[in-house]
Amino acid sequence: MPYIPLESHLPGITGLLEYRKDTGQPIRELTEILLRGESTLTRAERELVATVVSNGNKCQFCSAAHAATVDMLLGESETANMVKADIATAPVSDKMKALLTIADKVRENGKLVTPVHIEAAKSAGATDREIHDTVLIAALFCLYNRYVDGMATAMPADSSYFTMLADRLVNHGYYRLPQGYDHLKKD
Amino acid sequence: MPHINVDKDLPGIRSLMAFSPQTAAPMGELANLLLRTSDTLSMADRELIATHVSYLNDCFYCQHSHGAIAVCYLDGDTSLVDQVRTGDPNAPVSDKLKALLAIAASVQKGGKFVTTQQVETAKQLGATDNDIHDTVLIAAAFCMFNKYVDGLASNTPTDMSSYPLRAKQIADNGYGNHIFKNKQPVAETAQ
Repeated sequence: MPYIPLESHLPGITGLLEYRKDTGQPIRELTEILLRGESTLTRAERELVATVVSNGNKCQFCSAAHAATVDMLLGESETANMVKADIATAPVSDKMKALLTIADKVRENGKLVTPVHIEAAKSAGATDREIHDTVLIAALFCLYNRYVDGMATAMPADSSYFTMLADRLVNHGYYRLPQGYDHLKKD
Repeated sequence: MPHINVDKDLPGIRSLMAFSPQTAAPMGELANLLLRTSDTLSMADRELIATHVSYLNDCFYCQHSHGAIAVCYLDGDTSLVDQVRTGDPNAPVSDKLKALLAIAASVQKGGKFVTTQQVETAKQLGATDNDIHDTVLIAAAFCMFNKYVDGLASNTPTDMSSYPLRAKQIADNGYGNHIFKNKQPVAETAQ
């Protein structure tokens, strides 16, 4: 049961972003810029950063939502599953392994990112912008994970919810739906 | 030394925001909405929550920056701010704010550490649903800001006399791109 009254048809983050829409807007905008804006990292790569952090923070809702988004972008579920299990042996580039490792350190504490991690990423071809964006995406998902779990939001009753959510994130993005979310009510 | 090539003359998050003004804009807007609102939680209460979370995350720049902003709102009461910053249970603040600070401290550890009991206690002491919501979101947002600042090893000023000067800019004008676009404040004696 959420700690404050949230719309019961909006599990996870959506109910919170609708509870206080004014703070929801810049959170949505920051996410849209970082995960779907112009970047030399692919959208799937950036969603993998979100997935690794949410998985490490054991945030079930965010982890499922962003893994489903990676799966939809890549057309397979092996990559997200393997990245969640072990970054070092996952089927991603050396640059992504270095960036995902940085993201996982940020998740624990920003100070754990060392010059050695940064050097590994740079020698695998990562730019300053890619390192910046990786750190900020990881930090942003530390916000999301704490917001979702700190308010004890609900999980969807049915895991098919995540396929629908991934479809919305892939095809519409992170901005609020112009029509709102009343169409998701079951009755 | 910062992990990426940022303006060496800008401290902490200001240098990162100047590196990435596009993402700085919504971050500044979020900070204004969460910290520059005064309703059943004052601006001082909100900055104290931010300061304590930043202390728990061991983010030197953020805990001293937001502590100095709280001091501006509290007529210069640095001893109260230091007590709240470091989690002294005898800090002279309301029981309601103490209960909210406990929730914020749990959020810092991880969202799942917040308990029904903590929330019930806060509500019994007069916290509204909005107070609970804003406390959790301020704490979560400062985990983001702290990790951003430390994850990129941004410059941390060691001259403690510079913190009140930057704090005054924010107390006077709020958050926003002016904090990295305008000239950084310097002490009158140094001019």
